[in-house]
Amino acid sequence: MDKMSLILISGRSTKQGVGISTGKDHPEYREATNVIELNPSDMERSGLSDGELVRVQSRFGIVDVSCRRSDIPEGMAFMAFGSPCNRLVGEETYASGMPDSKHLNVEIMTLPVQGS
Amino acid sequence: MQVDHAVCAFCGCDCDDISVTVEGDRITKVKNACILGKAWFFNHARPAGLPVARIDGKSVSLEQGIEESARCLAEARYPLVYGLSSTSCETQRKAIALAEELGGCIDCCTSVCHGPSGMALQGVGEPTCTLGEVKNRADLIIYWGSNPAESHPRHMARYAVTPKGMFVPEGRKGRTVILVDVRQTPSVRIADIFLQIKPGKDFEVLWTLQALVSGQILDKASAESTGLTMEQLAELADRMMHCKFGVIFVGQGLTQTRGKHFNTSAAFLLVRALNRHTKFALIPMRGHGNVTGIDNVLAWQTGYPFGVNFSLGYPRFNPGEYTVVDILGRAEADAALVVAADPVASLPAKTVKHLDSIPMISLDTHESETTRNAHVAFTTATAGVHVEGTVYRMDNIPIHLRKVLPSEYPSDEDVIGRLLARVKELKSC
Repeated sequence: MDKMSLILISGRSTKQGVGISTGKDHPEYREATNVIELNPSDMERSGLSDGELVRVQSRFGIVDVSCRRSDIPEGMAFMAFGSPCNRLVGEETYASGMPDSKHLNVEIMTLPVQGS
Repeated sequence: MQVDHAVCAFCGCDCDDISVTVEGDRITKVKNACILGKAWFFNHARPAGLPVARIDGKSVSLEQGIEESARCLAEARYPLVYGLSSTSCETQRKAIALAEELGGCIDCCTSVCHGPSGMALQGVGEPTCTLGEVKNRADLIIYWGSNPAESHPRHMARYAVTPKGMFVPEGRKGRTVILVDVRQTPSVRIADIFLQIKPGKDFEVLWTLQALVSGQILDKASAESTGLTMEQLAELADRMMHCKFGVIFVGQGLTQTRGKHFNTSAAFLLVRALNRHTKFALIPMRGHGNVTGIDNVLAWQTGYPFGVNFSLGYPRFNPGEYTVVDILGRAEADAALVVAADPVASLPAKTVKHLDSIPMISLDTHESETTRNAHVAFTTATAGVHVEGTVYRMDNIPIHLRKVLPSEYPSDEDVIGRLLARVKELKSC
């Protein structure tokens, strides 16, 4: 697939919120925070299927997570708060103390084949 | 044994109507709590199974941990104290005294959640009310950039949407609920009206509404670049002006997006304009159980709610300079004390990289990415499960935490108090 440019929104999800208490090593927490939700049309256009591993890249970092269809609007993506989505966030706060954690420009691509 | 009126200190709702059943040293039943609250009680009652103190991963005594931590902090030229959103006000007060003694910086999770709301209320003023007033009076509820169904599951049922109030006797039927967001979230199910705006257009929508409420004539094309039609915007402004008591609950959809404190300032200004027509208030949806507490304690001790620097011997406040992401992003801090927070998991990559390169001391109830990376890691008891204390609800109401179970671990307050005493000794040598 070609690179797909999207706007990434991060936020709380119920499973991620429960995982804060059950433990961040718990498989449910890891699953909740290591997935990117995409619009079905965007997934179809890119030939992606549920559960497929994708690479998400911003100006500040790269993470590999699985993708899942949801009712997020076209052109947008969602990740639950956690280590993976924060690896994509930059440290610039524009004199506010707050980095751009939401509305982040990212590119999605399939994982490079190992050894290539 | 049953403990009534226990407080769930997981999120900013701080629900104080929880009944907890204790059998032996275990919690066996939690009544009235939401899914997040049940997970909080059951898992914090579970023994952490960790040493009380570790240095570079090796178990040491509490005294050895205190000694090494005090040495690291006292020797540092620019130490940072950070976190404090999931512990008691009593701990927070001692952490501030420690930061002052060290001549370092103290910042809390506020700077990466509702710091921009704090900056806005300083600039505009805070048109606020309590959640009790919301329950008893509010007939128009607006959630903006917030997903309470997942972040604060009892907020709607206990305070804002379904409860019957003194002047809202019909409960849910007596209220109109509007959700404004860039995406459909599970909270849409409870809303009468969902307004989907374009990402990054919150400021423009809020400014347009303020203009409409103030009787200004607007350019239709500009207004509709927000993703809403002029009719939708005019109808929303009309509903706001003609309700009896309206409230906007502001989420991180406003504070973490481009615009930040300009977005929240626009929201506060809109509410100020609405008060020329009716009664209206705004409450930030605070995430952690006592993040409102650290704002309050810092403000009454130093005059500022977050990002406070003591380098010159008196408190100074400057978001962007004395805030955690900036201090670590610029690699300024040379030691860090992290209390009841997990910055390794929740801050941007470059800041975490610097945190990994300096002596970090952590206090937490369970293992986290931060405790694993810490030079000295203390395991502590949970405020609200193992120790009493005070927390502030999102509407600035103080609530007393009950003790439900004993713990083999010291409280955060105890560890910080010992650290403070030892740092004072070292500094006086």
